[in-house]
Amino acid sequence: MVPLSWYLIFAALLFSIGLFGVLSRRNAIAILLGIELMLNAVNINLAAFWRYGQDVTQMTGQVFAIIVFAVAAAEVAVGLALVISVYRRRNTVVADDINMMKW
Amino acid sequence: MTTTTLIWLIPLPPVLAFFLIVLFTNKSKALSHTIAVGAAFLSWIGSMIVFVRALGVEHLGQEPFASSVPWFPAGDTAFRIGVLVDPLTAAVLFFVAWTVLMIFLYSVGYHNFGQPVGDHDHKGLPPHGATVEEHGHKHVVPSVEPMYSRFFAFIGLFAFGMYVLVLSDNLLTLFVGWEIMGLCSYLLIGFWYAKESARDAAVKAFMTTRIGDVFMLLGIAYLYSATGTLSFREIFTEGTLHTLQTIPSGFLGFSAAGLIGLLLFIGTIGKSAQFPLHVWLPDAMEGPTPVSAMIHAATMVSAGVYAVIRMFPLISLDPRTMTIVAFIGAFTALFAATIAVAQNDIKRVLAYSTISQLGFMIAALGVGAYVAAVFHLITHAFFKALLFLGSGSVIHGMEHGLLHTGNHDVDPQNMFNMGGLRNKMPITFWTFLIGGFALSGFPIITAGFWSKDEIFADAFANGHLLVFFTLAGAAFLTAFYTMRQITLTFLGEARTPEAEHAQETPWTMTTPLVILAFFAVTYGWVGIPEHFPLLGGLVPNWLHEFVGGTLAEAPEAIAFSWIPLLTSLVVALGGLYLGWITYRTVNSAAEDRLQIPLLKNKYYIDELYDRVFVKPAYWFAENIVYKLLDQGIIDGVLHIFGPATQGLGAFIRNNFDLPVINRFFGDGSADVTYWFGGKLRAVQTGRIQQYLMLALVVFIAIGAVLYFFMLA
Repeated sequence: MVPLSWYLIFAALLFSIGLFGVLSRRNAIAILLGIELMLNAVNINLAAFWRYGQDVTQMTGQVFAIIVFAVAAAEVAVGLALVISVYRRRNTVVADDINMMKW
Repeated sequence: MTTTTLIWLIPLPPVLAFFLIVLFTNKSKALSHTIAVGAAFLSWIGSMIVFVRALGVEHLGQEPFASSVPWFPAGDTAFRIGVLVDPLTAAVLFFVAWTVLMIFLYSVGYHNFGQPVGDHDHKGLPPHGATVEEHGHKHVVPSVEPMYSRFFAFIGLFAFGMYVLVLSDNLLTLFVGWEIMGLCSYLLIGFWYAKESARDAAVKAFMTTRIGDVFMLLGIAYLYSATGTLSFREIFTEGTLHTLQTIPSGFLGFSAAGLIGLLLFIGTIGKSAQFPLHVWLPDAMEGPTPVSAMIHAATMVSAGVYAVIRMFPLISLDPRTMTIVAFIGAFTALFAATIAVAQNDIKRVLAYSTISQLGFMIAALGVGAYVAAVFHLITHAFFKALLFLGSGSVIHGMEHGLLHTGNHDVDPQNMFNMGGLRNKMPITFWTFLIGGFALSGFPIITAGFWSKDEIFADAFANGHLLVFFTLAGAAFLTAFYTMRQITLTFLGEARTPEAEHAQETPWTMTTPLVILAFFAVTYGWVGIPEHFPLLGGLVPNWLHEFVGGTLAEAPEAIAFSWIPLLTSLVVALGGLYLGWITYRTVNSAAEDRLQIPLLKNKYYIDELYDRVFVKPAYWFAENIVYKLLDQGIIDGVLHIFGPATQGLGAFIRNNFDLPVINRFFGDGSADVTYWFGGKLRAVQTGRIQQYLMLALVVFIAIGAVLYFFMLA
């Protein structure tokens, strides 16, 4: 069986890629994609810890993962809606250009 | 009840009445006077019981009724206060109880109880009369006093003061009673406080007697420091008196006894209105006519004489003090009598007559005639009370005439407006006549004759001829002005329509007159000298034995001599006759040849005091205290402080507050904050990615720190 550390290393890599995307990309949609990657890295961790944990009969890890999916789906829906709305007004999706609330 | 318990209780009812009236019943006139008169009656009963029991004790002088309780600790011992009834107290208590009860009863009638409320009466003014409609036509009747209850409260407190003074066994409580009466005197003289003259008179009486009181207090303090006690019985022991006599006081060579006696006597000069502090008493006639006049003439001023009589064993130690006492008494007697001759106000004549008669008593004490002084004190209290109440009755009757005619310009107290009142007011006339004859010393039947004769006899027998002749002159003038008063007031024809319509006063006023007239005659019979021709020995000389028993050595009865008796007869009868013959035909003040300005203006003593004391006091207050001290020095200093403080403030503001506090702490901190804000503003980019980057860096840094320092 694949050891737990492999899953964790994979999830950490995935999280770091998502974090890099969030921090470095200027496109708002790409930032959202980064966030999704980070969330899914967390999901992998949850599922892995559940599978390698003490009591497999309890579905805790899977339940948490499903809740995170739901939150992520809602977040993406709201986030994309905002991006579309901003694009219609400002004609851009670059995060640095969206500075209406800046002093 | 034991006698001492009873003595403790005697002063209580009047003071309880005072508080009851002041606190609860002052709305109800009837209830207030019932309480007050009832209280006076209770005290009267107690006094009479004590008096009768005192008569039954054989050696009351040696074994008086006495009881005392510790009051407050004074050093190692407690200061004790208590009551004492020796023969002197018993004799004084007798007349005090009677006169106080009579005043209370009389006041009910004098203040028009039962009459309607006046039309225009104000509090603080005498009642002006009320209009009533009867059988279809209107007429004016006397109206009730607006502050009726207050009056009874005051005289209740006054009676309390008098009883405390008479019954106390030490000088301190005597002084307390003395001062309570001083206060009541002030309140009663100023009873009609809306009248300016009444206010002035009240202040004058209070200030003048205060002068005497201060000296008296000094005397008491000196006595206490010299002997350590103020109790009469402890002072009047041979040892204490001897000590006092031998200690020099360091004042003009007086012994301690002499100086203390002199200081206490000055208190009496104030209280009993002796020269030179006599000026307040005539003005005190501003009070409610007869009653406060009586308080200031028959009762309270007697307290001053009582105090010297009480301290006689001490005062008599120093012959120089005694000489001063005799001189002041005799001089006052003659001095006041001369003024009384020229007065037209019925009450003022009596006021000066009182001063003069008190002078007789003081002079009697000064020549060592202890019993004679007590005797005259008591008889004078009775007949002078009678005369004052009588004069109040006359004025009341005259006011009735005034209301009838409606002419309020007529002075109801001026004797030249009277005349012929004997038919209108028979009871007042006959009682006034008895009182007047007693005052003049009408021979044999009146009490005044016996007491005055005894003073003459003592003065003559002890060789004080100057005093004797001065008093004889005063007695002559007394008879003269008394007859002048009676003639002008009651005899002849009515000189004004008001006098024609005068009316006899109600029974509450005439009853006291009759009772006092009874004593004004009969009280003399208890003191008839043993060696008097014909009458001597018929009745035992009770007073001499009884009152004389107060002293350690009972005074000896003096030998009879014709000279003082003849003098007494001649001055009394001569004065009366001359007064009658002179004023029989005088109808107005203009015809009165004795209206000399010097006498009429009372020797200008008031004006003199005004120049010497009052005006300089005003000048001192105005120029020294106000202008120099207050405006010059105090305000001057303040005016320096003001600008100085202002300058100092400006200096601090410019050199410390503005540069240091404001610039450095105030503006400085703001600048620093502003500068930091400006720098930190750069961080606040609004770029979420920068924030996250920062968060990541900090997270990694914290993680690294934790990793190296905690986990490793």
